[in-house]
Amino acid sequence: MAAAVELEGVNVTFGDFVAVRDANLTIEAGEFFSFLGPSGCGKTTLLRTISGFIEPTRGQVRIGGKDMVGIGPNKRPTALIFQNLALFPMMSVADNIGYGLRVRGVPKHERDEKVKNLLIQVALSEHGHKKVSELSGGQKQRVAIARALAVEPSVLLLDEPLSALDLKLRQHMRAELRAIQKRVGITFIYITHDQGEALTMSDRIAVMNAGVIEQVGNGRSVYAEPRTPFVAAFVGENNQIRGRVTAVADGMATLDTPLGALSGRNPVGLKAGEEALLFVRPEALSLVPTGTPNGSTVGFDGEALDVAYEGSVTHVTLRVRTGQKITATVGGGVVPVSGETLHIGFKPQDGLLLARAASH
Amino acid sequence: MGATGGLTLVFGLPLAVALFFFGLAAYERRMGLATGPGFFQRNGLAVGLYLVLAVGFWVFFVIVLPQFSMVDMSFRPKLPPAQMGGPKDVFTLENYRYFLFGSTTSTSSWNWTHLKAFVLTIGVSIAITLFNFALCYPIAFHMAQSAGAARLRILLLLLIIPYWVNEILRAFAFRVLLSSGGIINKLLLGAGVIGEPIDFLGADVGLYMGLSYAYLLMMVFPLYSAIESLDKNQIEAARDLGAPWWHIHLFVVMPHAKPGIASGCTLVFMLCAGALAAPLVLAGPRTLWFTPIVYDRFYQAFNWPQGAAYAFILLVTCVVFVLLVLKMFRLSLGEITR
Repeated sequence: MAAAVELEGVNVTFGDFVAVRDANLTIEAGEFFSFLGPSGCGKTTLLRTISGFIEPTRGQVRIGGKDMVGIGPNKRPTALIFQNLALFPMMSVADNIGYGLRVRGVPKHERDEKVKNLLIQVALSEHGHKKVSELSGGQKQRVAIARALAVEPSVLLLDEPLSALDLKLRQHMRAELRAIQKRVGITFIYITHDQGEALTMSDRIAVMNAGVIEQVGNGRSVYAEPRTPFVAAFVGENNQIRGRVTAVADGMATLDTPLGALSGRNPVGLKAGEEALLFVRPEALSLVPTGTPNGSTVGFDGEALDVAYEGSVTHVTLRVRTGQKITATVGGGVVPVSGETLHIGFKPQDGLLLARAASH
Repeated sequence: MGATGGLTLVFGLPLAVALFFFGLAAYERRMGLATGPGFFQRNGLAVGLYLVLAVGFWVFFVIVLPQFSMVDMSFRPKLPPAQMGGPKDVFTLENYRYFLFGSTTSTSSWNWTHLKAFVLTIGVSIAITLFNFALCYPIAFHMAQSAGAARLRILLLLLIIPYWVNEILRAFAFRVLLSSGGIINKLLLGAGVIGEPIDFLGADVGLYMGLSYAYLLMMVFPLYSAIESLDKNQIEAARDLGAPWWHIHLFVVMPHAKPGIASGCTLVFMLCAGALAAPLVLAGPRTLWFTPIVYDRFYQAFNWPQGAAYAFILLVTCVVFVLLVLKMFRLSLGEITR
């Protein structure tokens, strides 16, 4: 099957500002693909470039193998779901869903039939005659999805459509979106700053920062195998410790840090003498009273400042010798007391060393 | 009516109306229909009292009383001042009969001159309203949705500055432009497009242009503010769903801007039908507009009751027409003030 969307050297600049820099990406047909990044990272610009509202300054966007240059949003096989949904308030729910069909000149009886089916699909069959303003947030969401699906796009683009919903509904809609995607089988391209959304729904994720796609991979790989300090810090909680590489051996490296010598994996091939950052996830840290032997770990001491007991886990914030704060998430069992001095340890294979960019 | 009776009416009526509304407010409060802090609690006694008195004075003395006395006058015969209020001062429909059938000594059965002028005024006002809408909608849309801040400022200035010039002066300027020896005819003659000057004024082109131009802003601003409140995403959503531009305007922008369209059209239509300066200065010699007739009843014929009747006919016709159109487009009067 042809790739759904291909980006080749796409650059988008507004005056001097580079919103998207050199995006190269292939999104497969039928994939649930997310762009994850903080606000202002260029992910919305990229989405608007794919949908045709923005022409790339340089580079090429291909949809279904066809170059999209000069093809407006109304002629592309994409449908966009806006952040604020942008439903038409003066039309009924059914008219909203049927708008794209009406524009295409689909005869009324055929249109009604299709709208009816879509209403059933999104569980709104009782609400077709209602005004949009009479619906709840989740229902509006589903109208927006049905309206976009009505035109049978080959790619559905979603611009943070869940951000306006409350937490519970958001979690419910995640599952629902995923289910709809599986059912209709078309490509979903999803924009979000919420890593939870990206991780739970996506087949693959592109993490973006400052207009650059930093890493592309499935949820597991961007979480467990980040390739840049930004991805390591942005996706999930992470502790970072600066240092200089002193020794390298079989994929591992030792780092000289203000907290002593620490080791971790070295996937990017750092060499001795290079500046580096060590990342350790809170859940990879173990806490034991100082002086207790702690197996095959490396570590340092810290004073527990804040202990948040959450039942199954406990979040502990500790202050280490340098004044830096380290967070650890430990399972049940012994709950540390704040003020206590503890040994913070981790297995070297849970530590991850990444190159420190000059600006960091 | 006697002097004391008149005075009682002038001061008693507003007092009665005010008391009635205070009573209504008190009743609503007691029945729990109105909640929240009261009018005086919200504004303070001094400001509240000032608002009531100021608005009351404005409404009663500037709007209600003059209109009321005009309507009253329109149902009375023309009498010398000495006989006013005398035995001959009785209610009559003579002034309205005159509008339809003309002088009792005239030979034709209908008052064609005045009726034709009336129909022409209403018809041309409708046409100018539509023309103004067609002209202003693109401008307003551009200003509201696509122009940047700097462009918007320039456009607003360009629209407003010409209105610093007096209305009558502007009308004369059109006369100068369009007259047989005017610039436009000279240009056309010089370019060889026409062989002899076109009588723009005689063909009423000047009148139409002058009227359209005079009330341009009344159309642009309501449209602008209505379109401005439309979420840009809705336009983009429609485009994304495949709508061509005209479809977006017809089915997304215009339904949203309906209140603005209605209020702009109402303003232009009402002001056009009641315009005096432009028809006096710019109307062709064969064209009789209705407002100059009304004016003539007052100041040429010195027949104030008849003038009042004519003005009232125009007012009622315009109001009824506007209400009918609003009804047709399923809009309430309250909506157009949004």
